[in-house]
Amino acid sequence: MNKTINQKAWFFVIPVFVLVAFNAIIPLMTVVNYAFQETFGNNVFMWEGTRWFKQIMLSERFHASLGRQFLFTFIILFIQIPLGIAIALTMPKEGIGVPICLVLMSMPLLIPWNVVGAMWNIFALPDIGFLGHSLNALGFDYNFTQQIGDAWFTTILMDVWHWTSLVVLLSYAGLQSIQPAYYQAAEIDGASRWAVFTKIELPKMKKVLTIAILLRFMDSFMIYTEPFVLTGGGPGNATAFLSIDLVKMALGQFDLGPAAAMSLIYFFIVLLVCWVFYTLMMRNEGNQ
Amino acid sequence: MSLELKNVEKKIGLDTHIYSTNLKLEKNTINILLGPTLSGKTTLMQIMAGLDKPTNGEIWFNEKNVTGMKVQKRNVSMVYQQFINYPNFTVYDNIASPLKITGVSSDEIKQRVGKVAELLKLSAMLNKKPNELSGGQQQRTALARALVKDSDLILLDEPLANLDFKLREELREELPKLFEDRDCIVVYATTEPSEALLLGGNTATLLEGKVIQYGKTLDVYNKPNSLVSAQVFSDPPMNITKIKKSGESCSFLDNSVNWKTKINIKDGEYKVGIRPHNITTYKEGNNSLEIKGKVLISELSGSESLIHFTRGNLNWVSLSNGVFQKNVGDEMNLYMNADEFIYFDENERLVING
Repeated sequence: MNKTINQKAWFFVIPVFVLVAFNAIIPLMTVVNYAFQETFGNNVFMWEGTRWFKQIMLSERFHASLGRQFLFTFIILFIQIPLGIAIALTMPKEGIGVPICLVLMSMPLLIPWNVVGAMWNIFALPDIGFLGHSLNALGFDYNFTQQIGDAWFTTILMDVWHWTSLVVLLSYAGLQSIQPAYYQAAEIDGASRWAVFTKIELPKMKKVLTIAILLRFMDSFMIYTEPFVLTGGGPGNATAFLSIDLVKMALGQFDLGPAAAMSLIYFFIVLLVCWVFYTLMMRNEGNQ
Repeated sequence: MSLELKNVEKKIGLDTHIYSTNLKLEKNTINILLGPTLSGKTTLMQIMAGLDKPTNGEIWFNEKNVTGMKVQKRNVSMVYQQFINYPNFTVYDNIASPLKITGVSSDEIKQRVGKVAELLKLSAMLNKKPNELSGGQQQRTALARALVKDSDLILLDEPLANLDFKLREELREELPKLFEDRDCIVVYATTEPSEALLLGGNTATLLEGKVIQYGKTLDVYNKPNSLVSAQVFSDPPMNITKIKKSGESCSFLDNSVNWKTKINIKDGEYKVGIRPHNITTYKEGNNSLEIKGKVLISELSGSESLIHFTRGNLNWVSLSNGVFQKNVGDEMNLYMNADEFIYFDENERLVING
């Protein structure tokens, strides 16, 4: 094949390079810059090598917030994925119920993060909030601003409320794409409802569920706004997840070096987990 | 063994999907439901299987009323247009799945799956998953699942429609053999007349939810009871023209074609159906009639030439053996044999054939 050399093609490629440079590479390089150097302002930098990385990797504070982060994400996935599938299974497949359910399901997804946080903060206040007041009236000693357990409970409940819909919508789309003939074939075989779920519906939903789990992992692992508004990371550091801790370090204490190192580590953890997860989930699809 | 539909009717809301139908299918026969899409083939099959209940009427199987009986208790199997297999099972487990639920011993399962797999040329891929197979192999697996369990009734809903041409031809040839020594009733839905002719057996022509005609496939083809039945059972579509007869002489209404006939029907106007393969670019026999036409489309299909042409404001189709390339707009002569005309009266019922 003869290739014609046409330098004009660069005109189509350059805008993308520029765009990517401005929105990804340049900000990231600034962080890299801070991660390896010490600065005292006035554009004076001193080379520190891997000192900040070592400091972060050995710091108990980082270990604690990373642990909280994994625990939170794990609980979120463990609740939202099965719950989302269960709700999708009970949704109507045709008729007027479909648009009604879809609109109702989408509502929480349309609310801005900080509004969700503020809403739940007021909703859960033990003295005036509907949830907090009701729980206390029922005899529970509930106060999310004081008790660690209650703070976690409220944060998780808020995230489940906010994001389960996403899993529902994705699962529902997966379910809708299964041809009716599959259900008929199972009926002819005399397969039970459970067998239909495990042998037909789950395998057919595999791809959308992979996407759902990935999205929920990434979002919950990087969660910031909602717990920031709801608990501010408290009581104490009980709900200070990675990003909240990071912002405290960077903007609260102005430890720019360690904070930059921490954000790079944070970034690589997200990247690594996503990659490992995606490869595992898609491994069986490879030989198609 | 027989399957009988008695005044079966299916309505959904105000729409009638199946008009009152009576049909008796006998043991060890292949029964073809032939009709265009939306003619009610699938609905009829689902009623036969017990996947769907008729609005009115009864279904009898072996002299027993089975209307409303659940599909699991009816010992039927079904193959669909889409390749329906359990996505996570191997081919072996897929084929074995109908047996496992009924509690057949594992030795027998192994033996029966092996036998069916061999019949369908799947022996080499028993350990593969459906998505590693070609479309043809996936449909073979679905067929094997249907054949493995000795059903009384096997329903095939356009099983070849989603396969490419070559695989379709291949599987189509094997199909009649698969059902040969089986003690069951086979129902096969298709939109293609050629498939019905190839499979033989009995054919029911369907249109818009009505069974037009049911009988031996060749009888239905040769002696369509009505113009509609003839049209359903003709691909490319049948040519229809009006003629008048007085005494021994017949002619097209516009007098462009005249011929002598010995058929014994009363004088008057008739509609005549002429199958495309009865209009050729060359003379066949001595008493060929010549007609003139203007080429509209000329297409080759294998070693056959399909020529669409116009006469006046009517479109005609001719099918000739051999390769003839015609230019659009050319005037040409075509030939047909009046002995093969099919005559219908003003109500479009069959009068005489040839």
